[in-house]
Amino acid sequence: MALSNEQIERYSRHIILKEVGAKGQKKLLNAKVLIIGAGGLGAPAAMYLAAAGVGTIGIVDADEVDLSNLQRQIIHATQDVGKAKVQSAKETMNALNPDVTVHTYREFVDSSNIMELIEPYDFIIDGTDNFPAKFLINDACVLAKKPFSHAGIIRFQGQLMTYVPGQGPCYRCVFENPPPKDSVPTCKQAGVIGAMGGVIGSLQAMEAIKYLIGKGELLTGSLLTYDALTMTFRKIKLPKHVANCAVCGDHPTILEPIDYEQAECDGLGLTD
Amino acid sequence: MAEYNITDTVDITDVVCPVTFVKAKVALEELDEGEILSIRMNDGEPVRNVPRSIKEEGHQILKLIDNQDGTYNLIVRKTEEE
Repeated sequence: MALSNEQIERYSRHIILKEVGAKGQKKLLNAKVLIIGAGGLGAPAAMYLAAAGVGTIGIVDADEVDLSNLQRQIIHATQDVGKAKVQSAKETMNALNPDVTVHTYREFVDSSNIMELIEPYDFIIDGTDNFPAKFLINDACVLAKKPFSHAGIIRFQGQLMTYVPGQGPCYRCVFENPPPKDSVPTCKQAGVIGAMGGVIGSLQAMEAIKYLIGKGELLTGSLLTYDALTMTFRKIKLPKHVANCAVCGDHPTILEPIDYEQAECDGLGLTD
Repeated sequence: MAEYNITDTVDITDVVCPVTFVKAKVALEELDEGEILSIRMNDGEPVRNVPRSIKEEGHQILKLIDNQDGTYNLIVRKTEEE
């Protein structure tokens, strides 16, 4: 499959890069990424991956665009309020880059659909806003041996890490279990600075791109945290292997995806 | 009598920087190690910059031929990295 003249021009700033070239660009065009959550994190991630020419992008979200989303979810516009988020996201991505095939899944992830959703994809981006979903995505990716990027944002803070099977700890190795219900504020209560989704969601897109072209070091085995007020990035080294991890340890007890109870108010602690 | 056999040719006179180099780079990626690409380019900016960028990628420049019509042919041997 040769690149067309139009593709050569569109992706010229990628192709110039030694680490990408036509070879890397073709890898992106042949790649499939699933983005779970079309919110604060998923919006910039989806837009950068679409712009980059990731050939197939799946997007999962059951919600509709709400006016209060627009302060950070830049894939949606004012006229999209009331529209399904996945539809609005698809329209923006298609307008950005016709090379991209977008698959929409208007549903929330749970133990009944997660394995099927992730199955066709090469890399998963967790852009969800609640702990049950984050643990579900982690467990499913570990069980299905799929690489994924975890991220969470709240107030002026964000964090992310990358899981690649066999190359470091999973999210559950680090955080074990969801915090008790109502022990952490929701994003609605706590707030989040809009640009935080842009910073962290873009970093998730960057991790996906590096994984897909096979270049550079990923956030496997480390957690990157960002504090916008003090303007501090910290890269925290994580244990390589956690023997007693319930899903990826030596004697796993979680053998299939499980659902945790959702808090009353959507979004426990970490926001999308 | 030619000291090389041209495997493929690419014309970059119809595009401007940086697509000039990008088009040449894409053509080189299609070749196997040791094969020869002839790149036709305009005088001026392309002939000043494209050979240097190709050299930086590790390829071997064999010859720059002045076509006497405002264009040049750059003869490059593909050299793989690593």
